Amino acid sequence: MKTSRYYLPAPSWWPIVGSVASLMLASGFLLLLQHTPAGPYLMLAGAFVLAVMLFGWFGAVIRESIADKFNDQVDVSYRWGMSWFIFSEVMFFAALFGTLFYTRHFSVPWLGHTPLLWPDYHATWPTAGPGLTTPFTPMAAWGIPAINTLILLSSGATVTWAHWGLKKNNRLQLKIGLALTILLGVIFLVLQAHEYLSADFSLKTGVYGATFYLLTGFHGAHVTLGAIMLSVILGRVLAGHFSEKRHFAFEAVSWYWHFVDVIWLLLFVFVYWL
Amino acid sequence: MTSVTLPSHEHTHPSGVQRWLTTTNHKDIGTLYLCFSFAMFLFAGALAMLIRTELFQPGLQFFQPNLFNQFTTMHGLIMIFGAIMPAFVGFANWQVPLMIGAPDMAFPRLNNWSFWLLPMAALLLLGSFFAPGGAVAGGWTMYPPLYIQGGIAYDMTIFAIHIMGLSSIIGSINIITTILNLRAPGMTLMKMPMFVWTWLITAYLLVAVMPVLASAVTMLLMDRHFGTHFFDAAGGGDPVMFQHIFWFFGHPEVYIMILPAFGILSTIIPTFSRKPLFGYHSMVYATASIAILSFVVWAHHMFTVGMPAAGQLFFMYTTMLIAVPTGVKVFNWIATMWRGAISFETPMLFAVAVVCLFTIGGFSGLVLAVVPVDIQLQDTYYVVAHFHYVLFSGAAMSIMAGVYYWLPKWTGHMYNETLGQWHFWLTAIAFNITFFPMHFTGLAGMPRRVPDYALQFADFNMISSIGSFVLGASQLLFLYTVVKCIRSGNAAGEKPWEGADTLEWTLPSPPPYHTFEIAPVVK
Amino acid sequence: MKKAACQAAILSLLTSHAQAALNFNLQSPATPIAHQIYDLHTLILLVCLLIFIVVFGFMFYALFKHRKSLGHKPANFHQNLPLEVMWTLIPFLILIGIAIPTTSTVLAMKNVEHADMNIKITGHQWVWEYEYLGEGVRYVSNLSTPRDQIDNKVAKGEHYLLEVDRPLVVPTGKKVRILLTSTDVIHSWWLPQFGVKQDAIPGFIHEAWFQVEKPGIYRGQCAELCGVGHGFMPIVVEALPSEQYDNWLKTQKISLTEAANTSEKTYTLTELKTQGEMVFLSRCAVCHQANGLGIAGTFPPLVDGTPFVASAEVTTPLEKRGFWKNGHIVLGPKDQHFDILMNGITGTAMQAIGQQLSDIEVAAVISYERNSWGNHTGDEIQPAEVALLRKGAVK
Repeated sequence: MKTSRYYLPAPSWWPIVGSVASLMLASGFLLLLQHTPAGPYLMLAGAFVLAVMLFGWFGAVIRESIADKFNDQVDVSYRWGMSWFIFSEVMFFAALFGTLFYTRHFSVPWLGHTPLLWPDYHATWPTAGPGLTTPFTPMAAWGIPAINTLILLSSGATVTWAHWGLKKNNRLQLKIGLALTILLGVIFLVLQAHEYLSADFSLKTGVYGATFYLLTGFHGAHVTLGAIMLSVILGRVLAGHFSEKRHFAFEAVSWYWHFVDVIWLLLFVFVYWL
Repeated sequence: MTSVTLPSHEHTHPSGVQRWLTTTNHKDIGTLYLCFSFAMFLFAGALAMLIRTELFQPGLQFFQPNLFNQFTTMHGLIMIFGAIMPAFVGFANWQVPLMIGAPDMAFPRLNNWSFWLLPMAALLLLGSFFAPGGAVAGGWTMYPPLYIQGGIAYDMTIFAIHIMGLSSIIGSINIITTILNLRAPGMTLMKMPMFVWTWLITAYLLVAVMPVLASAVTMLLMDRHFGTHFFDAAGGGDPVMFQHIFWFFGHPEVYIMILPAFGILSTIIPTFSRKPLFGYHSMVYATASIAILSFVVWAHHMFTVGMPAAGQLFFMYTTMLIAVPTGVKVFNWIATMWRGAISFETPMLFAVAVVCLFTIGGFSGLVLAVVPVDIQLQDTYYVVAHFHYVLFSGAAMSIMAGVYYWLPKWTGHMYNETLGQWHFWLTAIAFNITFFPMHFTGLAGMPRRVPDYALQFADFNMISSIGSFVLGASQLLFLYTVVKCIRSGNAAGEKPWEGADTLEWTLPSPPPYHTFEIAPVVK
Repeated sequence: MKKAACQAAILSLLTSHAQAALNFNLQSPATPIAHQIYDLHTLILLVCLLIFIVVFGFMFYALFKHRKSLGHKPANFHQNLPLEVMWTLIPFLILIGIAIPTTSTVLAMKNVEHADMNIKITGHQWVWEYEYLGEGVRYVSNLSTPRDQIDNKVAKGEHYLLEVDRPLVVPTGKKVRILLTSTDVIHSWWLPQFGVKQDAIPGFIHEAWFQVEKPGIYRGQCAELCGVGHGFMPIVVEALPSEQYDNWLKTQKISLTEAANTSEKTYTLTELKTQGEMVFLSRCAVCHQANGLGIAGTFPPLVDGTPFVASAEVTTPLEKRGFWKNGHIVLGPKDQHFDILMNGITGTAMQAIGQQLSDIEVAAVISYERNSWGNHTGDEIQPAEVALLRKGAVK
């Protein structure tokens, strides 16, 4: 009989390892910003230690799950946990979108009405601001970005299709669906990288460049994370994990992937299109 | 199912350093948070002593402005992120599982990570004093463009904030999940102790706004090093935009620092009045209203930036509105005391002082909410008075109240009541001597964050400084009393407080390492 | 030595006591808006006081009468809907009562239309600059409290930290609109008796207005942390009757023409150094210190050969200009010295301070720096050189 006790993990070294990793990452980044040669190496070391922690900690959780240590109450805890985590990510992107909104609706128009300081400035969007006059080509929505929208929307469909396969115990559908989702995610990233490289503006191109790369850059980072997580899930599927009734890790990652997709839709509308 | 045989524990418990590094036990982690926060409180308090020493008289006697600005900035950052917030998280860790009859937090291992991230952040933040150029000196609010000018310490601080933010977010996810999912059967939401309610709402605020702070300081970092122009007009950006993003975090942050205090008051006052909390339902709704309103008041920190009148009026109205649910809570506490059978042990002394002094802070907040008056008082010592009344005699003194209240449960020993009372009276009196005159210096025209001042402010500054030295010294008495209680003292027994009625008082003092492995039945 | 320090301390204590009245309230209002603010504050204070007395009257009554030690038995009630509704509604109504007069004051404060004159006020680290738009009059207003008073070497004057060399002069009875901006960080222009406080945001213009009722001298301070000099950039406004103001404005325009002419003169090194020292002490010493040795890790020394370690953002631009090498400050070439003063160093706290100084002031301060504290270049820079450079140097 499955235990009815809430699972309490044993004392663990992983949290302190992760804390040290975060200190290494931060210190490495600090040194990098000061152009110290040791900087990138310390960062890399920190990233490595963090990877070790993630591997070890998630590995422990997976082993505990397979050993049937998690009762239904624990499952509910994980659902709450993942939901609130995604909520915190939503708030992070909300602040970034807020930045775009404030800039477009307030600071740029106000600068356009400040002839005393910026006599030649016409406040339109996109703009690099009154002090930076080199022309640039803003990102057009209806080229690769539109294709990327179709790609991500499709990937949302493929991951859902994979989920249906899992629930029907159709492992082939599950594997193909997952693999397709990852593939679409990777294609998205490759296309974004191509867009970045062929753009004639950078982070430094005033507030347009700053907000564009801030929003799409963090989104791309989240797509990357999502793709990695999906790959881990695929690996677990191939190892025979998950049953049609119990597969929360799959659901959690697919929620994350849908979240990343929704953020892209908002990006497409507010950063590329309007 | 008839009886359940508890399996023996699947893990043994390490001892010594390994115990504290690897613990997944909410009581241990609570203790870690409380000790960490006390150490930070004393350090940041020492910075305050240095500040008041320089401000004892007009003129620059001890510190040049650069170092003075580091003291004021770091005092604020460390008190907020190192002392007050971790202390309340320490209370949450110890008390929430006990009060809801849960065996531990929902994610005990994640809980450990939440704590151990903090000392790393502290290393970065405190270590910045030794960086070339010294620690951050641009105010705890980190406004650009001033923040863009600083040296490496400014980056260390940004990373410290990222790490502390991560700690808060995962900690809060843990608390929310614990409260929503691990309550003992029979404990509906509307039967939870008020302290648990306030922490549920606080955790929600944390998860919502810490990411916003993260985005704000990330943009600062980018403007500092990556050539972006978020806060630079030449590039189409606006320094005031930082203020909007920061205070969108910053205002809920102050409620994050006071709601758990309200929870502690709502626990202590009924206990020592021997009467149930008055208006439990309205307390819950009032707390929730305060939390929701806290999202739409942020620009009252920015009335002088030049926003249109419509903006000033909107934020003024919402800020004034938030006084209503806060007032409801004060009335409810007083109604709890009314016709009770009150006794004045140290926790109750602190709790009563908090109700009175916090309200003074609330009134000065109302004065500041009124835009035309705020134009005179923004960035003056009146604001310093206001937030110390709400943060010291509100949050910090509630923490002290809670420590005295729960030390018997945590340690199994009664603290020394005489020492506790001395600590209370010295603190309460010295606090008022220090901070009440600041209302006057602010009204009279003394700006804040200055190392030197015009002669008409001299008398009140001297009074404040003298008060502050007594206040600072009294906290050493607090340290002594707490350490003495941990190490020795009369046995506390299960329930030293006659009027206490929450679940933790059904357990031995100190409680066993694991508690409520079988959920209690709550009627 | 100790005795002298003691005496200075006692002297400053006594002086400060003589000046320090115990001021409990806002400063006396000098404009219609300031009057409204004063009255609003009084109203709110009285309301708060009344509520405090009533509410805590109840609490202290309970604390005294409803004590266990007096044998009082606890009641058991824990709700009362009518009471709760009442104490929610009444505060709400009180707040509306406060909000109504406040709203009209807010709107009045923002109404900058139909001004009689416009002054552009620019915040710099750490002085205010005033420009009378349309009149061609423009000058910087420096703190004039001697450094010795701040360092407790001599007794402090009556207007310690609240005095300047050139106050802002305005006419009484006229609506003055001010346009605030900054060249570096956020400052805030605050005149308590006018009820005016407006943040100076770099790159933006924000407006406020005031109308002074009576002639007099009014004092205020910067009200937004702006770095080490935040407490040392006061505001002094001298309000004159209309006619006197017009005369003052005329004399300003005359002395501007004269100042332009001094650029033609030639000065000796001693003359340059004397004036240069004055400029240095009032504008540069706040960072670079009176002895030219700066602050470790932050503000570079100006003395050739002094060790200086700081972050790359600070040392690399200096190195590029020939002023830093191998961890030490070097007295670099004259033209780069000009460049630093005239254009500042982007990404650091060194601003284009030459833009705020006249030709003779720039010439004098560079001559002073290059020939003091052990620097012996013998360079004499004349104002005419600076004037020529200005034509090419302005970005």
